[in-house]
Amino acid sequence: MVLRGKAHRFGDDINTDYIISGRYKFKTLDMEELAKHIMEDIEPNFYERISPGDFIVAGKNFGCGSSREQAPLAIKHAQISAVLAKSFARIFFRNAVNIGLPVIEVETKNISDGDELEVNLEKGIVRNITKNEVYSANPLPPFMLEILKDGGLVKHFQRHGGYRLK
Amino acid sequence: MGKTLAEKILGAKAGSSLKAGDIVIVPLDFVMAQDGTAPLAIESFEEMGGDEVFDPQKIAFVIDHSAPPPNLGVSLLHQKIRNFARKEGIILYEVGEGVCHQLLPEKGHVVPGDVVVGADSHTCTYGALGAFATGVGSTDLAASMISGKIWFKVPSSIKFILKGKLPAGVFSKDMALFLVGKVTADGATYKAVEFEGEAVSALSVEERFTLSNMAIEMGAKAGLIAPDDKCLSWVKERSSRKPQIFTPDSDADYEDIFEFDISILSPCLAKPHRVDNLAFVEELEGTEIQQAFLGTCTNGRLNDLEVAARILKGKKVHSNVRFIVAPASREVFLEAMRRGIIETLVEAGAAVVTPGCGCCVGTHNGVPADGEVVISTANRNFKGRMGNPNAFIYLASPATVAASALEGKIADPRKYLRGKDGS
Repeated sequence: MVLRGKAHRFGDDINTDYIISGRYKFKTLDMEELAKHIMEDIEPNFYERISPGDFIVAGKNFGCGSSREQAPLAIKHAQISAVLAKSFARIFFRNAVNIGLPVIEVETKNISDGDELEVNLEKGIVRNITKNEVYSANPLPPFMLEILKDGGLVKHFQRHGGYRLK
Repeated sequence: MGKTLAEKILGAKAGSSLKAGDIVIVPLDFVMAQDGTAPLAIESFEEMGGDEVFDPQKIAFVIDHSAPPPNLGVSLLHQKIRNFARKEGIILYEVGEGVCHQLLPEKGHVVPGDVVVGADSHTCTYGALGAFATGVGSTDLAASMISGKIWFKVPSSIKFILKGKLPAGVFSKDMALFLVGKVTADGATYKAVEFEGEAVSALSVEERFTLSNMAIEMGAKAGLIAPDDKCLSWVKERSSRKPQIFTPDSDADYEDIFEFDISILSPCLAKPHRVDNLAFVEELEGTEIQQAFLGTCTNGRLNDLEVAARILKGKKVHSNVRFIVAPASREVFLEAMRRGIIETLVEAGAAVVTPGCGCCVGTHNGVPADGEVVISTANRNFKGRMGNPNAFIYLASPATVAASALEGKIADPRKYLRGKDGS
């Protein structure tokens, strides 16, 4: 699958409280509503600037802190197609794969806000069209790739009736 | 090559010899979700076609993050949690029972050698009992409720050897803040950390929970302490289950081993807006505060309330400060009442709220105003964490929080806690 969109640039250690604040996430399961508030405390009105298919691009340790799955869900429902980061926090990484949000571990230092990117998920290749550069991503562990290909852990369980570990 | 604590515990559960990097499916001894994560877990459970949970006696839902509910949205989610818990017959801890990470050990749900997952990042707290416990999201939790299992990559490990004797007025919270500051917010990502050394052995089990609790603030998957006699007698009072005691091998493979002499440690704080933004109390003394908060899964236990009461006995908190206290559980609350600790705190001006997490996670019970400064015993000080992105949160030990509440500014607790020998 090849994804194309523009980069929205964030820094290091973006925690899940920043992605979706506790002010909102404890009182609703309406992800469309939560999506409107993504990154609000550090980037007010971020939601307004997203075009469907865009990417969040960050530095190291993206998604640290709370285990709230509302964080990747809010990103997905804001129509971000994938998150690219130098590294991810562990629980967020699992949660993203489990809900079917592609997460790509790749060196992001050359990617600027607004750069046009093309991401090939299977090959793990990120093309920066604006800068005419190519970056190769660290591959997902095969088991996680399988969950992602199934569309997340819910669909993986629906399909296989449990974990199918190769 | 010997094995780390994580390799041993997971290997015993999986029934095979494991090393870091192996992918394994392990059976679970206990599974937990709280009111911020259980509703999504219920949805995933139903979407997965879940009908019955694997074992209702091994699953608990805890209503603690917004308890009692501050608005209708939360009330409806609590209702969803209750309905599911009743239908499946799983354990439900209601409003007022306390914070999940206090309740699971306190009620005897976790013993050494267990593998536990919780849909809350601070599930690593139970590592203090020599259990492999880690936080997961709601969908992983749903899969766990159905199958009684979870998949893990066996983590590599980092060891912290903490030498020396903590000075008077310096506590396990200070050690935790110091270590997070030293290795930073992603210093242990994907890894298990082990805490050992005479300073760890000297801690009570309650104090050890504080240390393990903050392992996630360096990104760790687990924060493990090998069980000793102190741990085993603590567990025996609360659970009839047989503990499985593992200790790491001396020739185990560690990615890093850090040694610190904590006998010269000063009270530590984390400055806004990062947990690894370490400072010592000497650098911050005099910073004015408007709110002081004592509670949470890090520091809402009896020993935490007790040290605050020692500092505040017969005194009044500063007139510019709101002093909010949330005991970690009903049991802690009751015992603190019996011992006169609550009376001392309330006489000093504390507003005691329902055992729970609200103030720390910004749902209710103390959202700060714009520009305000809060000193808190919690584990996170992210911008907006307590419900307002325009406030500033400093993290510290219960003693530092109590001393600061008293003076209306960040204060060194050591002057109130000199040892009997004058040390």
